Amino acid sequence: MKLVRDFKVAGYKWLNESNFIIELQSAEDLPPIHPGNFAEIQVPGNPNVFLRRPFSIYDCDLTYNTLSFYVKIIGEGTATLGKLKQGDTVNLIFPLGNKFDTETEGPVLIIGGGSGIAPFLLLGKELKEKGIPMTFLVGGRTSGDVHLTDVFGQYGDILITTEDGSQGTKGMVTHHPVIQEESFPFKKIFTCGPDPMMKAIAEIAKQKSVECEASLENTMACGFGACLCCVVETTTGNRCVCTDGPVFNIKELAW
Amino acid sequence: MVNLNVNIGALKLKNPVTTASGTYAYGEEFSDFMDISKLGGIFVKGLTLHNREGNAYPRMAETASGMLNSVGLQNKGIDHFIAHIFPAIKNSGTQIIANVNGSTIEDYIAVSEKLNELRGMEAIELNISCPNVKEGGMAFGINPKSAREATEAVRKVYKKTLIVKLSPNVTHIDEMAKIVEDAGADAVSLVNTFLGMAIDAEARKPILSTITGGLSGPCIKPIALRMIWQVYNAIKVPVVGMGGIMNAKDAIEFILAGSSAIQVGTANFVDPAISVRIIEGIEEYCDRYGVKDVNDLTGSLKI
Repeated sequence: MKLVRDFKVAGYKWLNESNFIIELQSAEDLPPIHPGNFAEIQVPGNPNVFLRRPFSIYDCDLTYNTLSFYVKIIGEGTATLGKLKQGDTVNLIFPLGNKFDTETEGPVLIIGGGSGIAPFLLLGKELKEKGIPMTFLVGGRTSGDVHLTDVFGQYGDILITTEDGSQGTKGMVTHHPVIQEESFPFKKIFTCGPDPMMKAIAEIAKQKSVECEASLENTMACGFGACLCCVVETTTGNRCVCTDGPVFNIKELAW
Repeated sequence: MVNLNVNIGALKLKNPVTTASGTYAYGEEFSDFMDISKLGGIFVKGLTLHNREGNAYPRMAETASGMLNSVGLQNKGIDHFIAHIFPAIKNSGTQIIANVNGSTIEDYIAVSEKLNELRGMEAIELNISCPNVKEGGMAFGINPKSAREATEAVRKVYKKTLIVKLSPNVTHIDEMAKIVEDAGADAVSLVNTFLGMAIDAEARKPILSTITGGLSGPCIKPIALRMIWQVYNAIKVPVVGMGGIMNAKDAIEFILAGSSAIQVGTANFVDPAISVRIIEGIEEYCDRYGVKDVNDLTGSLKI
């Protein structure tokens, strides 16, 4: 059941000047939220932002009825979301999209590029509950793009790459020894980040014959399958990222 | 009690609020958000004779108070619609109206013939105004000769209510409306989207894969109102008005300008339950001004 509901801004956690976590609270109970789900957030108070913005659900707390979103400021919509006050009303359509498939023997490798780590906290929580060991590989252009490793470190090992070498291994995530080395202990890869990164990882997963799911990001007008704007080419034709995804097994994608 | 029933030709709507083709999918996508049986009607996603994958991504660009799209009529074709989609929605308690598209006159005829036989669907909207297909679509609707030919050809094979959807990308939309009326249309709907363009200055590239696309949303509302007023004064058949309606007040403006019914379009993306609140808002407006019949409002602009 998809809902349209008002939330109140409960608080912010700023990670640096352009990355933050916003926590929104509902007065009513939340429905079940699954790893991979997203919400369409109506950005209040800015007439230049006409459409809602889709964000992965970063965290949820069913006791306090809160949803959290990891936001990187890239335009007017995200900038406005960063300037709200505690108690401001924000309207959400949620929960949207499908979920990650955690039916695996594990261990798993979770690869996030920049703000692409957003859907992986809920995934980590579910995997931990199932007793599946996980390793996070987090990549960024520079150390300023790598956040929340302390949080993710509670669920599994953390590996880091930066293109400028300012943190972790220098290079892209695909250059990291965990991927380059002959032995590859992982049974499944989950990835989210820029398309070129996910495509490179999908290629590696195919070579290693490892299951791989990618959470895609696309421009959406609605988020619930009405506009047909957010399509991705799949082996069965154009499909909507919002309703058939955002999580796709890479075997379904025409990459 | 206000009478909200309106007739578009022989098509009976329980109220003047319908949803625009391409913005409401097949209706079921909205059933979590609202009671779709409350609608006057649903104009479903554009149909073509054969399966169409639509245009390449990116298909959408947000603009000031609106958006551009170039979806390109992605659909699985008329036979799939009749066999698999219509059976699931025909009993949804509201009028389901197909939006008919074609690359050629023969395509329009073939799709319309099939829909003429479809029990439970009382009207079609002939789309001669889609700006996002390489062949056909808007090309029919911006040329008086082909607009007449397409309408006449479909009129011959389609015996129920024929609504022709007009393109606003013309100099004299009232003349186009008169032409399709003379060619046998039972009603006209307008406006389809305006041909537009969005550019990414940093990349120095167009944002849409098709370079140009159709502009919709509140940014087009004043032009849409003007066109509806012109068309209303030029023809005798009913007008179904649309173009940036975001709330009940907008809908009332479209009715005053000459619309017998209205279509809610882009607003469905932003607020998926807005159409049902627009119905309530129209009723409330009628109550407030002692209007007994919503039909009395159509074209009642005081000049």
